[in-house]
Amino acid sequence: MADNPPQESEPAPPARPRPGVAALFLTYLRIGLIGFGGVNAWARRVLVEEKRWVTEQEYAEVLGLGQVLPGPNALNVAIHLGERFRGGPGALAASVGLFGGPMLVLLGLAMLHDQYGEVPVVKAVLAGIAAAAAGMILGTAAKITEKLRPAWPILAVGLAALLAGAVLRLPLPAIVLGLAPFGIAAAWWTRR
Amino acid sequence: MSEDPLWQLAVGFAGISMIAIGGGIAVVPEMNRLVVDVHGWMTDARFAQLFALAQAAPGPNVLVVGLIGWHVAGLAGMLAAVLAMCGPAGLLAYGFARLRTRLAGAAWLRVVERGLVPVAVGLIFSSGIILAQAAAVRWLAVVVSVGSTLFVWRTEASPLWVLGVGAVLGALFL
Repeated sequence: MADNPPQESEPAPPARPRPGVAALFLTYLRIGLIGFGGVNAWARRVLVEEKRWVTEQEYAEVLGLGQVLPGPNALNVAIHLGERFRGGPGALAASVGLFGGPMLVLLGLAMLHDQYGEVPVVKAVLAGIAAAAAGMILGTAAKITEKLRPAWPILAVGLAALLAGAVLRLPLPAIVLGLAPFGIAAAWWTRR
Repeated sequence: MSEDPLWQLAVGFAGISMIAIGGGIAVVPEMNRLVVDVHGWMTDARFAQLFALAQAAPGPNVLVVGLIGWHVAGLAGMLAAVLAMCGPAGLLAYGFARLRTRLAGAAWLRVVERGLVPVAVGLIFSSGIILAQAAAVRWLAVVVSVGSTLFVWRTEASPLWVLGVGAVLGALFL
């Protein structure tokens, strides 16, 4: 053994890339610019499926934290992931990327909308995109649920959140703060 | 000072951001109250139009505050509203992220984080259902929503495809 060349003392790190500040900015810029129908579904697709910076479980957890904290969810997620990978500069790069691109687009749209917003074909195209974007959000939620394979107490809390939001139409702060203790209890009960 | 619309935008949206638990969409009724009832900057119908525009555009839906700012005070208003909505909340999230890094691995924190997941995912379903209901003005819109759900769920292809198909079908039939 002593004659062998020195072995790597640490186990091989998991093959999960750790993005730099520029990569955080550019990736979040792209997420913002393709983020039709809201960015959370797109952020999951890019960060979990394409870049593999975080796992499905990690993304869902950061999104959950982002909802409990006040402020825009997608912003809270961007700041958490930016901070995790590259500290303060990473958090700033991710959030500026997320908002910068769409703000320029909106600036153009705001000017165009004043002129063309009531043109029938524009309204029809927007209606078609809205219907497809709603399906995209539902498909993303189905995908996450399928991959996380939640135990039934966790599933029950998720179903309660769905019904409270979509059927009872309760205010979001009430749903988040009211169901969080049950979710935590379910996680405690099913902990490994 | 309190008469300056930029200042009113900044103070109003910074306050609203601090109660936006569950996301920016949670406080749309509160935004409506601020913009229409408190300051009389626009009508209900105009507010609904701006909200629909922000939903149709790419990017965080909360950017509707940028459109409101634009309507009230042009480019400076847009910047003031977005910075107010994102700045204080972003600093809070950053502080919490730092704390979380320090506590990484704490068993109770793991349980709390896992416990928030079902609420997060349940609310994604809920927002999808609400948006699909709002979009379901014709049977074709329902078909588009269902088809888009299955496409995104069952394939790995980019959702841009279904948005493009939705735009074309909308132009032809809606």
